[in-house]
Amino acid sequence: MKIVHSWLNELAPVGDDVEKIAATMTDLGLAVEDILHVGATVDGVITARVVRTERHPDAAKVHRVYVDAGDGRERHVWCGAFNMQAGDIVPLATPGTAMPDGRVIEPKPILGIQSDGMLCSARELGLGDDHAGIVILPGDTPLGVPYGEALGLATETVYDLDVTRNLPDCFGYLGVARQVAARLGVSVIQPDSRVVTTPGAPTRQATVELIDGDRCARFTSTVISGVRVTSSPDWIVRRLTAAGMRSINNVVDVSNYVMLELNQPNHAYDLDTLGGEGFRVRLASDGETMVTLDGVERRLTVDDLLICDANDVPIGIGGIMGGLDSEISDATTTIALEIAWFEPIGIARSATRLGLRSEASFRFDRGVDPQGMPLAIAKFAELLRLTCPELVVHDGMVDARSEHLPIAPLIDVRVHRVNALLGTSLTGAQMIKLIAGLGFAAAGEQTLSVSVPSWRPDCTAEVDIIEEVARQYGYGNVGKTVPKSAMHGRLSPVQARRRRIREVLLGLGLSEAMPNPFLADGDLVRAGIQGPAIRIINSLVAEESVLRTTLRPGLLKAIAFNESHRRANAGLFEIGHAYPPGDGELPGEYEELAVALAGRDAMAAMDVWREVAAAMGFGARVDQSKPPSGLHPTRSATLSLGRDTIGAVGEVHPDVLDAYGVDERVAVLELNLSVLLAIDEKVAVWKPTSRFPSSDLDLAFVTPDSVIAEKVEKAIKQAAGALLVELALFDVYRGAGVADGSRSLAYRLRLQALDRTLGDVELTDLRNKVITGVAKLGATLRG
Amino acid sequence: MIEHIEGAADAALVRVAAAATADEVRALEAELLGKRGPFAGFKSGLAGLATVDEKRSAGQAVNDATAAVAEGLDLRRRELAKAERATQLAAERIDLTEVMTRPRRGHAHVVTQAWERLEDVFIGLGFQIAEGQHVETDWYNFEALNMPRDHPARSMHDTFYVQHGEEGEPGSTVLRTHTSPVQIRVMQTVPPPIYMVMPGRVFRNETTDATHLAVFHQLEGLVIDRGITLADLAGTIESFTKAFFGADFGSRLRPSYFPFTEPSAEFDIQTPSGQWLELGGCGMVHPNVLRAGGLDPEEWSGFAFGFGIDRMAKERHAIADVREMYSNDLRFLEQF
Repeated sequence: MKIVHSWLNELAPVGDDVEKIAATMTDLGLAVEDILHVGATVDGVITARVVRTERHPDAAKVHRVYVDAGDGRERHVWCGAFNMQAGDIVPLATPGTAMPDGRVIEPKPILGIQSDGMLCSARELGLGDDHAGIVILPGDTPLGVPYGEALGLATETVYDLDVTRNLPDCFGYLGVARQVAARLGVSVIQPDSRVVTTPGAPTRQATVELIDGDRCARFTSTVISGVRVTSSPDWIVRRLTAAGMRSINNVVDVSNYVMLELNQPNHAYDLDTLGGEGFRVRLASDGETMVTLDGVERRLTVDDLLICDANDVPIGIGGIMGGLDSEISDATTTIALEIAWFEPIGIARSATRLGLRSEASFRFDRGVDPQGMPLAIAKFAELLRLTCPELVVHDGMVDARSEHLPIAPLIDVRVHRVNALLGTSLTGAQMIKLIAGLGFAAAGEQTLSVSVPSWRPDCTAEVDIIEEVARQYGYGNVGKTVPKSAMHGRLSPVQARRRRIREVLLGLGLSEAMPNPFLADGDLVRAGIQGPAIRIINSLVAEESVLRTTLRPGLLKAIAFNESHRRANAGLFEIGHAYPPGDGELPGEYEELAVALAGRDAMAAMDVWREVAAAMGFGARVDQSKPPSGLHPTRSATLSLGRDTIGAVGEVHPDVLDAYGVDERVAVLELNLSVLLAIDEKVAVWKPTSRFPSSDLDLAFVTPDSVIAEKVEKAIKQAAGALLVELALFDVYRGAGVADGSRSLAYRLRLQALDRTLGDVELTDLRNKVITGVAKLGATLRG
Repeated sequence: MIEHIEGAADAALVRVAAAATADEVRALEAELLGKRGPFAGFKSGLAGLATVDEKRSAGQAVNDATAAVAEGLDLRRRELAKAERATQLAAERIDLTEVMTRPRRGHAHVVTQAWERLEDVFIGLGFQIAEGQHVETDWYNFEALNMPRDHPARSMHDTFYVQHGEEGEPGSTVLRTHTSPVQIRVMQTVPPPIYMVMPGRVFRNETTDATHLAVFHQLEGLVIDRGITLADLAGTIESFTKAFFGADFGSRLRPSYFPFTEPSAEFDIQTPSGQWLELGGCGMVHPNVLRAGGLDPEEWSGFAFGFGIDRMAKERHAIADVREMYSNDLRFLEQF
């Protein structure tokens, strides 16, 4: 919302200390995002006359404009706007000019042809938002003079406010003036809300038939004649422009002015073309169409409200936008002025569905003053009379209402409750005083009975009034206290363990990735992952329309990306959520850890698994009989805990790597952290270390390939018993001397007793026991 | 005889001092102090001396000479060992800047780093950490937070809706647009007093650019206790600001609007140079939200606050484009 300082000052004497006013607004919750100085002349921009224009065969979007800046020299500029013709006077920014947006005009050649500056739009000059074309100055403007001087421009200071929706009246100047004036302790100049009809004028009426009164609870129509459509006074044009609106003609400008000042959108119809000289307000029928003011044909539903003429011909979408044919014309002399109250939620729904948010709709959607019509009509007539001295406001104003028109509530506000919530110690009287300037009337001592003004429909409960008290008192004045936490600050066990697992992975040299959890159709299939996935109903792009059911596709993409950027051997991990479908109230979302090691084989993934498992106290069965889908069939395993699958380890299937465009082998480890982190941690219990010497025993077993090494290890451990303090596989050999279909597994056993030095006899005995134990698996001691 | 002994000792010491290697020392030791050595000869010659006095003084001389030679040998051995170690050390010189291995430390994601720093600060302020799921029901994401269906503030949230449950009932399952659903779940499960923060991933259905992402991270705080005030909120924000950014930072609240809090505020931090930066939103938990969480607003009051985690990382490391943070490019990841 752009608030023009001079306009605000007219409604309340807030003074001219712009910085102070801006700070006050921000402190009131009317955040000042910018302070603009609109209309200031820009040094270097001078007036020039268009001599001729010329197309260039190789330039489609720009043309060549030759101008005369009064010195007789023909200057050439390239221009992207086509709205000028020979003879027009236009603002020319000469080379070196620093534009309000910070740009410096340079003689930038196009097609090798220099440009002696730039012709300016209103927006480029900081004159408003209009960027549709170059500003055309009046024909009698002298040439070669600063354009601001030529136009007699006065600078307007404009506050650009971010207005929140709980201050609906602050979408009008009067609302902002009330807030600022109340804080600064000055009074708003009370406007006259009496509609003065012209004495002696005949009664004229535009009838109103309110059919769907729940959606439009009040509709006033006032007939005004003696209208002459012309241009607006300079000061109105200047204020509207500074506020970001374009001046059209006196009638439209007054309409906009009233909307901006009083937050009361309104619409003036030409009574002579208004069918049946009246209005019908009804819901549209499904499929009914109408062309709105912006020239777009709108297809309506039974949830859209139409303003029709008395012959039931639609002339506007209620509260959102008028119809294309409803505009007044230069020939208009009599208007029917509509000022209405529309039900906000209906407006919001319609505007959203139609994708049509207008100045009117966002005001109605937030709630306008249901009692503000007389004031708006009075203001409208007062302003229009400035350009139409013959103006006649006819008796016979129609004020159609339904029982749905909101009635401003009385709210009980407990003084102790206000202080309890704010941490203040205000008296009831102080509170009353704080909000009185906003129009809240209140009485009482322990409990205040607060009457909400009709322009504050957002206030419906005690807490809303508390917020108004706080706003006026100033958030900065409530003080800063720190409550004593009754909780012990700490990580939960799961959170602490998640951090530990991350530290282990970082220590193993892996870096943490955060791939997009949204996948394209087919990403999961390409990763070899079966099963359904959840679709996003309203995704913006097809590449991001499916929720991942596992983290694997994201890491594969990351590996492929890094590989294509000459970073082979990437070692990445992610800890994140995966979202497989589920039968419960919500999908089967769970937390997963995925590790991907490019250029490494399955054993590298096993190393990571063993390291993580040892650090975290995880245990799981490595089951190679069930290779997980999408992984290498002979180089991967399922990790199982009891009957549950808790992860996978191994290598990615070469087909999948091909599909993802990865050239290296990729080893992966995937763990269900929702399960693993929730398991109570087993605290390590101290085992005494021996003070006696240990003995090492190296044994190599020729073992059939069908017997996995894990089984040999288990057999060794079982046979050696408690004296085995360390066991390490130190060599695997296939080839000469070892039968085909077998390999030699060489283990080093470290044997040690807590209470003695092991003797030769005992060691020989142990050795034989181990050999016998392992032999049961079909493995023999290598000779 | 004594002269002979002393002469032999002198000669022996000269040879010991001339030994060039440990092996030569060892050979000399065997030669000089062995059974066939000169001193062994002198010792056996003692018996032929005439008087007890002569025997005693010559025996003493032999012992002294043997000890002197043994000491000389020992000294020479140590000298040689020392010289040998010095030679070895000199030969082992390497240039420590001839680095050929890549550093192998892994890098935690910048967002994780910011996330954990924030958690640690709040733990220090007496907060615990709650987490929730990303896929949520409409009720937890909106209705319980004082945004019933048709509530206009819903349009402030560009929501991703996902397929779940019965066909023909779209719109009831969403990707959470904020971490606030966790507030409700915490209220429903943790009896107050509650001092918790809720970091996590959130989703907005909007086009990404240098400062906006569709998938990003927020941290939200919730305090519910008896007698919690707006001043408590301002004080907690101030404590956090000083703990996280530094003691020379300040903070302020200014009125704003959120459906789930009232009074609502934006909070800004002030840098030591006096500049104000908008950081996040906060406010007193709305009575309707307390009720949705099963708490009586007459008995309990509280505040909530929230802000973006990604932005903390972006600002700290001066990352120009937030999308970089999610490129998974090692050249990015390894910078932090």
